[in-house]
Amino acid sequence: MSNRVLMKGNEAIAEAAIRAGCRHYFGYPITPQTEIMHYMALRMPEVNGVMVQAESEVAAINMVYGAAAAGARVMTTSSSPGISLKQEGFSYIAGAELPAVVVNIVRAGPGLGGILPAQGDYFQATKGGGHGDYRNVVLAPASVQELYELTVEAFNIADRYRVLTMILGDGTLGQMMEPVLFRDEEPVESFDKSWATTGTQGRREHNTIQSIYIEPDALERLNSNLQAKYRRIAEREVRVETVNCDGAEIILTAFGTCSRICKNVIRQAAEIGIKVGLVRPITLWPFPDQAIAAAAGQPSVKALLDIELNAGQMVEDVRLAVNGTRPVHFHGRTGGNLPTQQEILDKIQVLARS
Amino acid sequence: MEFSILLAGFGGQGVLSAGKFIATAALLEGKEVSWLPSYGPEMRGGTANCSVIVSDSPIGSPILNATDVLIALNGPSLDKFTHLVKPGGLILADSALVHAVPERQDIRFIPIPASTMASEAGNMTFAAVILLGCLAAATQCFSRDSFEKALYDALPARHHHLIPAEMAIFDRGTLFAAP
Repeated sequence: MSNRVLMKGNEAIAEAAIRAGCRHYFGYPITPQTEIMHYMALRMPEVNGVMVQAESEVAAINMVYGAAAAGARVMTTSSSPGISLKQEGFSYIAGAELPAVVVNIVRAGPGLGGILPAQGDYFQATKGGGHGDYRNVVLAPASVQELYELTVEAFNIADRYRVLTMILGDGTLGQMMEPVLFRDEEPVESFDKSWATTGTQGRREHNTIQSIYIEPDALERLNSNLQAKYRRIAEREVRVETVNCDGAEIILTAFGTCSRICKNVIRQAAEIGIKVGLVRPITLWPFPDQAIAAAAGQPSVKALLDIELNAGQMVEDVRLAVNGTRPVHFHGRTGGNLPTQQEILDKIQVLARS
Repeated sequence: MEFSILLAGFGGQGVLSAGKFIATAALLEGKEVSWLPSYGPEMRGGTANCSVIVSDSPIGSPILNATDVLIALNGPSLDKFTHLVKPGGLILADSALVHAVPERQDIRFIPIPASTMASEAGNMTFAAVILLGCLAAATQCFSRDSFEKALYDALPARHHHLIPAEMAIFDRGTLFAAP
């Protein structure tokens, strides 16, 4: 216990990246995630790494493309408006099958919006954002400890599948401090990167990294390969936490900060005799639809209630998972406001009575 | 057992640091802790606040809907947050800056002229430490030893020479906790 360190979520992400072997960081400052860049500016020189404050978000994501193509473990971080600017790069990284880690500490939108926490980027993160048929793996931590562990894991997933892996946090998670227990040794896997453009030293044909395929058959082959890869990811990489679901009357679904509010609500509901469970997707893509369907399918369940910091985004995936077997209700807050435990409990009481 | 503290004041009074000292001290005692600062538009208006939760078991939400203790370092903070204090809870206020007295009868209110004392001691950042001394004595939510260790942990080495003076002023704060 004694070696737990009190850290901001943003700092934990940066330290995790370094511990995972990331030696290249490119970013552009934006609240509420700038502490990641501050931390990188201090730590990267100590580990012979590179931190560049790029001239823009677009420049930063293209630096990520370059470093990833050369086989480096690389990360960029930003918040919602900055992540929008990077979307073109995400699509290119998907097309070129490059491994990269991106962190989005979401703030309230749309537009320049506000700097307070939100989850309004769920659609953008999980459904594309950039052009073309592609997927990013999206991880949704709910504590500072998890920000650390999932950031390390994001690098492994990215390298395992040559895919962009995103950490989707929010302003609360980035700004809050909690204890972090660092592992003595990180589970950093090593991967064959013989595809990387590192120079041939005269020994072989040169590698190429590209996302342009003029021949339709060649491009269709790429798409087929990508889809096969996404199916493999969907089979192997789903992560989910279920709390108190056995025999529950009401199942809550929530990710990130909202899931923590829901955990308090579960205790409050128990005090007034309502059994409430929670399914918390840790991977937003691939989505844990089987876990949600299983929780919803119990005879005890009257309804599901999805809680988000947006106008209703993940709830669409919850409805697809439940597939009409139970009613799925939604409660969300926007603008940087957070739902209170009481307002969630009020909704639960109405659903439990009906 | 979960215990929450909301600290609020002007930017520069050490509100966020004081919260960090509490969280660090409690962490050193093996507790679960969370520290959540305000970083939104209210900060741009010159006020700062943070909420700290100390618990024996894993903490659910770090967001406070109600608090056991409010530490108010200015008048607006007392006005804004008194209603969040739980019945039977505690409000500590820097009475050199907070002239109002909460109307609620179901809470304990301890006014301490912390800024005046800090000014006499020659370091305005001590005001928050005086209030933390009273907090520790009134609620036992962390020990004097843990607090001293927390200062060494949380402060950069260039400020460590101030810690003996901070502990002396912390001890003066504890005297205000007596009923």
